[in-house]
Amino acid sequence: MRTFPRGGIHPSDNKLSRGTVIERLPLPEVVYVPLSQHLGAPAEAVVKKGDVVRTGQLIARASCFVSANVHAPISGVVESVDLRLNGQGKYQEMIVIRHLGFSGASSAMPNLSEEGGTLSTSRPPSRVVATKSAPRNSPNEVTEEWADGIDTSPELVRECTLTPEEILKKIEMAGLIGMGGAGFPTHVKLTIPPGKHVTLLLINGSECEPFLTCDHRVMLERGEELLIGVTLLMRVLGVDEARVGIENNKADAIAHLQALTREHEAYRGVRIVPLKVRYPQGGEKQLVAALTGRRTPPPPGLPVDVGCVVCNVSTAVAVYEAVQKGKPLVERVVTVSGRGLTQPKNLMVRVGTPVSVLLAAAGGLPSDQGSDGRVKVLNGGPMMGKAMSYMEAPVVKSMSGLTVMEGPSARRRQQGECIKCARCVGVCPMGLEPYLLMKLSRAGMWDRLEQEWMINCIECGCCQFGCPASIPLLDFIRLGKQEVRRRNKI
Amino acid sequence: MSARFIVSPAPHVQGHRTTSRIMFDVVLALVPALIFSVVVFGWDALAVTCVSVIGCVVFEWAIRRFVFRGKSTVGDFSAVVTGVLLAFNLPASVPLWMVLVGAFVAIGIAKMTFGGLGKNPFNPALVARVFLLVAYPVQMTTFPHPTGELVDVFSGATPLVAVKHGLVDAASLDFQDVLFGFIPGSLGEVSALLLLAGGVFLLWRRVISWHIPVSILGTMGVFTYCVGGWEFALFHLMAGGAILGAVYMATDYATSPMTRAGKVIYGVGIGALAVTIRLWGGYPEGMSFAILLMNAVTPLIDTYIKPRRFGVNRWARRFWK
Repeated sequence: MRTFPRGGIHPSDNKLSRGTVIERLPLPEVVYVPLSQHLGAPAEAVVKKGDVVRTGQLIARASCFVSANVHAPISGVVESVDLRLNGQGKYQEMIVIRHLGFSGASSAMPNLSEEGGTLSTSRPPSRVVATKSAPRNSPNEVTEEWADGIDTSPELVRECTLTPEEILKKIEMAGLIGMGGAGFPTHVKLTIPPGKHVTLLLINGSECEPFLTCDHRVMLERGEELLIGVTLLMRVLGVDEARVGIENNKADAIAHLQALTREHEAYRGVRIVPLKVRYPQGGEKQLVAALTGRRTPPPPGLPVDVGCVVCNVSTAVAVYEAVQKGKPLVERVVTVSGRGLTQPKNLMVRVGTPVSVLLAAAGGLPSDQGSDGRVKVLNGGPMMGKAMSYMEAPVVKSMSGLTVMEGPSARRRQQGECIKCARCVGVCPMGLEPYLLMKLSRAGMWDRLEQEWMINCIECGCCQFGCPASIPLLDFIRLGKQEVRRRNKI
Repeated sequence: MSARFIVSPAPHVQGHRTTSRIMFDVVLALVPALIFSVVVFGWDALAVTCVSVIGCVVFEWAIRRFVFRGKSTVGDFSAVVTGVLLAFNLPASVPLWMVLVGAFVAIGIAKMTFGGLGKNPFNPALVARVFLLVAYPVQMTTFPHPTGELVDVFSGATPLVAVKHGLVDAASLDFQDVLFGFIPGSLGEVSALLLLAGGVFLLWRRVISWHIPVSILGTMGVFTYCVGGWEFALFHLMAGGAILGAVYMATDYATSPMTRAGKVIYGVGIGALAVTIRLWGGYPEGMSFAILLMNAVTPLIDTYIKPRRFGVNRWARRFWK
């Protein structure tokens, strides 16, 4: 069984929601759509307060090449375009759209007019969502109108007669970004720089983060769409082989996709490759190494330097929707899981939905149910996820999961002395010496840090996971990386 | 929402391994050999071990409490490990006050003067053993002879001494006695088999990696085989502190290199030095000196032997600079 060449750990995978079918969440009352959900420059808003938008309509345009379009996730009225808190507690520019039932507009309008601005702002935001979304749960009330040219029917469209350039244009228009976490704009990734040559398309279905199951469910429930998306990506890149890497704790997904590739002539070039379960297999460089044996050079080296392009499975499905259905990226599957939740779920949600709505759908935070322990809510899985401080923050295109941790597991352990057990050196998938990097960055020896290949660190957290003394190695390494980068720029 | 949220940088999960669990595993691995030496050498062996462990723990606690004025670190079991290892390096007949002196040298001088756990450049138990060996050579080289009866012990020469001084031929020794430990010697150097079993346990628990023990024993085996054939090699591997040193002393985290390649270099160095001292040096036993010498080289090894960086051409950087 294939895997990446060195290092790595085996955290218990805790895939609580692996058997839970993707559930579509009722449309939210209000969405907060950040203009910057991707790596690169933020998009520029093309709507203003008071505009009426339809679902899938462009509301913010990519400001330069490395940027991505943003579309309206629901039909409604633009309430404001201003700075709002994101999950990490930073202010970000967001477009706020309040739902407006197009056929049953009266049900949404009274809330706006009767309560007025004073009442709804004086209340805590969570209460507003809770009270208003409750009566909306019945499906007949949820109405929306999609923008022109979007096919929302469930039929599968297999044939595609577009040229690679046209496909790429459609992907760019639909505002696709990498849905695995980093959020790199897909059209940028697919535009191969001159002088580079791509021979292979790699699809990341490894989902090595504990708790997360959204990619697993997507592979199981939307396998054909995924494979069509993969063939479209192959056409854009002009390659005739694609490999889908899936860790073998998802045997059902492997079997399902393998059966599909055998059934249809069209998916001939797609190979499903089972991988050994090991974190951080889903890291781009690790996946390239696991699937091809090629080693991506350190930054600014990219997989394209070794002839590979890596895309996430959810991104491939989004490519299918964008190209074959004309549907922009306005919704995604988010795993809501963790020991702190009673009903871990995989939810299909609109971008911009407040996180609190997702948490409520999965049984609510334990603190709401009487236990007084503090909890940790993560945007992502426990290895690389970011802790959130503000629960009205919106779902973004690159959010793959929410993990709720409670009790002692939510807290860091008491830090001890380094016993030089060398475990961090052994588990580092990049061949670095985390203990040394930590010491050097503590001492501010930035030049030495560069010599020790600090820049190669992918921040996977294996070193800190394995440390018996619970030393926050990665905190110091991040600090050092930041400083080294800052000094190099000047 | 009344919940207050905990916020910290990733990763948010931790492996189950802790420092104290690792140290406890080492103690567990040593217990069978300890029981065996009590059977062979009688209650003296237990007394030496107890005094050594208690001495180490008390010195560590006292130094943390009254010199560092910090929190007690006794809970991490590292002082217990040092205590047991020190006892394993002493003859059962050694006076108990001498054990206390050893415990003070190990913890007070070799460990705490450098800042405590993880900061000591030399293996504390070995520093104490070598100190006692040089300071009290008579008591340290008088070994009770195991007779099977718990009280009746008399001084005997260890097999290494006997062979070194030509008293007996290596080939004429009963290998079963050496293997199972019915020979004179320090507490911990008698039963090769139980020490190896403990080593397998540590490997299974992933407390140690195979690199250091295998490279030490491999080097010693090849070296002695070249000098005196396979029986001579087998004898040198099983007699004296070869296994105790290779599995438990040389693998001490703080004093051994961090990378796998570095560990192999370190192990080969220990093996070669130990055989050299045993065959041509003044002492019959060379493990402690070999390990301490290589402890001194460890920082140098860590500076020059680096793990293979992912995606970096091994030679590229040399041409740049």
